[in-house]
Amino acid sequence: VAAAADLQFALDEVIRAFEKEHPDIRAKVTYGASGNFFAQLSNKAPFDIFFSADAGYPRKLVEEGLADKDAEFPYAVGQIVVWVPNSSKLDLDKLGIKAVTDPSVHKVAIANPRHAPYGRAAEAALKKLGVYEQVKDRLVLGENIAQAAQFVESGAADVGVIARSLTLAPAMRDKGRSWLVPADAYPPLKQAGVVLSWAKDREAANALRTFVTAGKGRSILKEHGFQLPGE
Amino acid sequence: VDWIALQVTLKLAVCTTSILFVLGLPLAYWLAVARWRGKLLVEAVVALPLVLPPTVLGFYVLAATGPYSFLGRGYESLTGGRLPFTFPGILLGSVLFNLPFAVRPFASAFAAVDRRLVEASWCLGVSRSVTFLRVVVPLSWPGLLTGLVLTFAHTVGEFGVVLMVGGNIRGVTRTLSVAIYDDMQALDYEAAGQTAAVLVALSFAALCLTYALQRRVSSL
Repeated sequence: VAAAADLQFALDEVIRAFEKEHPDIRAKVTYGASGNFFAQLSNKAPFDIFFSADAGYPRKLVEEGLADKDAEFPYAVGQIVVWVPNSSKLDLDKLGIKAVTDPSVHKVAIANPRHAPYGRAAEAALKKLGVYEQVKDRLVLGENIAQAAQFVESGAADVGVIARSLTLAPAMRDKGRSWLVPADAYPPLKQAGVVLSWAKDREAANALRTFVTAGKGRSILKEHGFQLPGE
Repeated sequence: VDWIALQVTLKLAVCTTSILFVLGLPLAYWLAVARWRGKLLVEAVVALPLVLPPTVLGFYVLAATGPYSFLGRGYESLTGGRLPFTFPGILLGSVLFNLPFAVRPFASAFAAVDRRLVEASWCLGVSRSVTFLRVVVPLSWPGLLTGLVLTFAHTVGEFGVVLMVGGNIRGVTRTLSVAIYDDMQALDYEAAGQTAAVLVALSFAALCLTYALQRRVSSL
């Protein structure tokens, strides 16, 4: 399984539940940047199924003939939050997005908008909410959304505009506060996946797809801060 | 081709090489001449970056310079700024990472200098520091040059540490290697290919130049 970095913790739990339901299947997951996986999969990297943070990459794989049209599936809609560690004095409830322009803030972490879907969403939201010009010289870019989260979790950056799913994970949940960026401030982060045409175990890949899109996987994703397609 | 990234890369390489030349020479000389049993511990520490993956160094640099650490707070109270995501931050990582590439060739060059020449110089009343500058350094020059070139070249090729502590800021911490990685991920293979070609050409030219220089220096 190749999976976008924003799924880091949610998918771990999905897989645990999945393997309990299908004791004969063992899923091995690699997390990384969706764009990176796309480049690897274009060169036929040996993955059976790919959960992207963006619907564009699976679509392109289908267009390139590397997956069947009906092998593509939407599975979640991502959300972004402004997040600060507990030690921060910023009052997110009061400031909202203005927290990133506070004079005490040196660095704001986002994922790289050139290739990370969450980075694009963060950049779009900063622009739409009218703070981009003030904040653009403070931006530091994580290679993927998990690195952006790590930058702010470690205190190296003061504020992060990152995936809600990561901030709800055990490693970050009790360490900071967040402010949900309104959904109309950025184009929806429709996340989609695809089963590759060279999948070694197509049946198992399809079972995981069904589990995530129709089975127990849905409620687990929801608990981890994703919205579900069609809800 | 990302010329700004090229500038950052060259600046990083020049700064790293200069710092390691100044710090590395005395350390290497001490390693070459000291007769202390515990010396092997220092040698091992100097060689550590050869063995460790850049991620280990990146991890420690980020942890040590962040605002939650003693060092990070000290730096902030002295300068008012922070090290992660700044040029001095990646420079620190780069200097640590390149320590063996400078110090080891320096030390072996110093060790190869005939001790009798050094002692003769002392007996003729020349001070230790002048002996070092006028006898030891000229005799070990090819080795010193090798150390400098290796450091420079290795810094140009550095990736992991910069990616981990740099934060990919244009004109500040985005080096050529990071820019190529970025282009790859953005599926801009044309830009990645061009930048990569420039890097190959530059590195090749730099290495040819040094080998030529080395040959001239050692035949003097």
